[in-house]
Amino acid sequence: MAQVTLSSVKKVYAGGVEAVKGVSFDIPDGGFCVLVGPSGCGKSTLLRMVAGLETISSGEVSISGRVVNQIEPADRDIAMVFQNYALYPHMSVYDNMAYGLRNRGTPKDEIEKRVKEAARILAIEGLLERRPRQLSGGQRQRVAMGRAIVRKPQVFLFDEPLSNLDAKLRVQMRVEIKKLQRALGVTAIYVTHDQVEAMTLSDKLVVMNGGQVEQIGVPAEVYRKPASRFVATFIGSPPMNLLPAAIDGPGIVALGDALLEARDLKQNLASGTKVEVGLRPEDIEIASEGQAGALPFDVEFIEELGATQLFHGKLAGQPFVMQAATGDVAAEARRLWISVDPDRVHVFDAQSGIRLGRE
Amino acid sequence: MQKNAYFRSLTIPLLLLLPQLAITVVFFYWPASQAVWQSFLLEDAFGTSTQFVWFENYQSLFADPGYFKALRNTAVFSTFVCVFSLSIALLFAVMADRQIRGAEIYKTLLIWPYAVAPAIAGVLWIFMFDPSLGMLARGLQSLGIAWNPRLNGNDAMTLVILAATWKQISYNFLFFLAGLQSIPKSVIEAAVIDGARPMRRFWTIIFPLLSPTTFFLLVVNIVYVFFDTFGIIDTVTGGGPAGATETLVYKVYSDGKGGSNLGGSAAQSVILLVMVIAMTAVQFRFIERKVNY
Repeated sequence: MAQVTLSSVKKVYAGGVEAVKGVSFDIPDGGFCVLVGPSGCGKSTLLRMVAGLETISSGEVSISGRVVNQIEPADRDIAMVFQNYALYPHMSVYDNMAYGLRNRGTPKDEIEKRVKEAARILAIEGLLERRPRQLSGGQRQRVAMGRAIVRKPQVFLFDEPLSNLDAKLRVQMRVEIKKLQRALGVTAIYVTHDQVEAMTLSDKLVVMNGGQVEQIGVPAEVYRKPASRFVATFIGSPPMNLLPAAIDGPGIVALGDALLEARDLKQNLASGTKVEVGLRPEDIEIASEGQAGALPFDVEFIEELGATQLFHGKLAGQPFVMQAATGDVAAEARRLWISVDPDRVHVFDAQSGIRLGRE
Repeated sequence: MQKNAYFRSLTIPLLLLLPQLAITVVFFYWPASQAVWQSFLLEDAFGTSTQFVWFENYQSLFADPGYFKALRNTAVFSTFVCVFSLSIALLFAVMADRQIRGAEIYKTLLIWPYAVAPAIAGVLWIFMFDPSLGMLARGLQSLGIAWNPRLNGNDAMTLVILAATWKQISYNFLFFLAGLQSIPKSVIEAAVIDGARPMRRFWTIIFPLLSPTTFFLLVVNIVYVFFDTFGIIDTVTGGGPAGATETLVYKVYSDGKGGSNLGGSAAQSVILLVMVIAMTAVQFRFIERKVNY
């Protein structure tokens, strides 16, 4: 049982810079937790504190109920995959994978069994005699994974492991990592700045910004109900449109002259309260002129993505993007009438950026 | 596909090469060929007559037990200086790599000895270890150790080894530090997570990854000990007592200048030339092959 628990974990560097400002969450046994956020948000620092490569300024990290703050990385029963793979360049693939076991005094035949097994799982049996420099990026990535799995750790830590790979390989390795983690049932913490990786891999998504957690949840929930303006624009591609608006009445926001119904909206907000309305480009529907709740959208140019098209233009005087399946909307259209399902209208506090949803 | 830019005519490349070629010819090929020529000549003590004697200088050299003594001295001297200066420099570099605060001052101070001229370095060590004046020599004597590099060959050898080592540590330190800093931090961290304790980490990860640097330094140090330590030996012992610290390069000088045996001296320098060419060739071969992994 490898449950990982973080409680009020802080990292303060000499000089007073707070990289991580008190983070608490827990990952159930066998869970796949992704920490996502822009660079400098503290996600890597947090991962390195779990690994033991950074000291924990305050708070506690525990693995399987054991507080590991003062425990050496080697004794935390974790394995880590680094962004640049961090393979030992002077050792063969076999030795790279065997190194951690040898350091722990594992018997030779056991080492051989485990390395062979890992190599079979990762389909790198033919590469065991090679040196890292003779391998491609994808193969190095597999060796790095192999080095992690031979140890049979309680927790896998991944520090942006796919960011050095090309786009095609990244998608492939992403699927493999997920499959492998499922098959082995090992708890995993995965750091990335790529929201697609974050959405696809995680069962628990932790969105971080400026050293703080913005939202924790299952990916679908984070996508459907972003807790803040930051999460709303960070998760989802193309990013959510944000438009200044004001409260008009219960469940109604005014976007300039137009009124928009929002179902997930906090009650008892005073009329005229300044808010921001978030609309995802993919949630926009085509309406007809004069239809109740239809908004006028002036198209300026169109980006072709193949299966879909992005319509860029202005809505209520603000820049706006809409996504539609190719062919659904006439490409020469200059003015469109659009509507949005009231369930998919997000309203955020204009100042704090916090979601103004129902309790 | 043509990968390199190239010149259509030969004139510009030749012009560009000319300064380098001129320097090499004037300062290397010309004196070297003079030495080779000289090594076939026999000159009388007053320089009045010169005779071409083929390999007679070499024959008498290999019949001279003094030459083999110098060879042995050089072997002892270079082994000790290389081992000490490399290992001490590596130790310092590992320490400096770890230390964060004050690292710059530490590094700067460690580099200084390299700027000291060999003769000055020699004088410093004479003062410290002079049997009648030297502070450290007195210290040794008060411990009951009979220390006298002027009379005792082993003491003299120890002294020149110390001086030569001291001067070379800076240079080795710089290269080792650069080598250590070029090892990716994540590789060390991976080893930490893989459960390697500091000593094991050093011997199984850091030291092997430093091996290109170590090998390069080994060759450079051997060349240094063979040639650049002349100033130290000349000031500290002058090759004595009784030739106990006379190395090959010092013997070239003492036979040629003091002994007026120009032909024999030239023959010795030709042998040294061959040695250094061999070492450099070995180094180039290895650097091409092994150093990039």
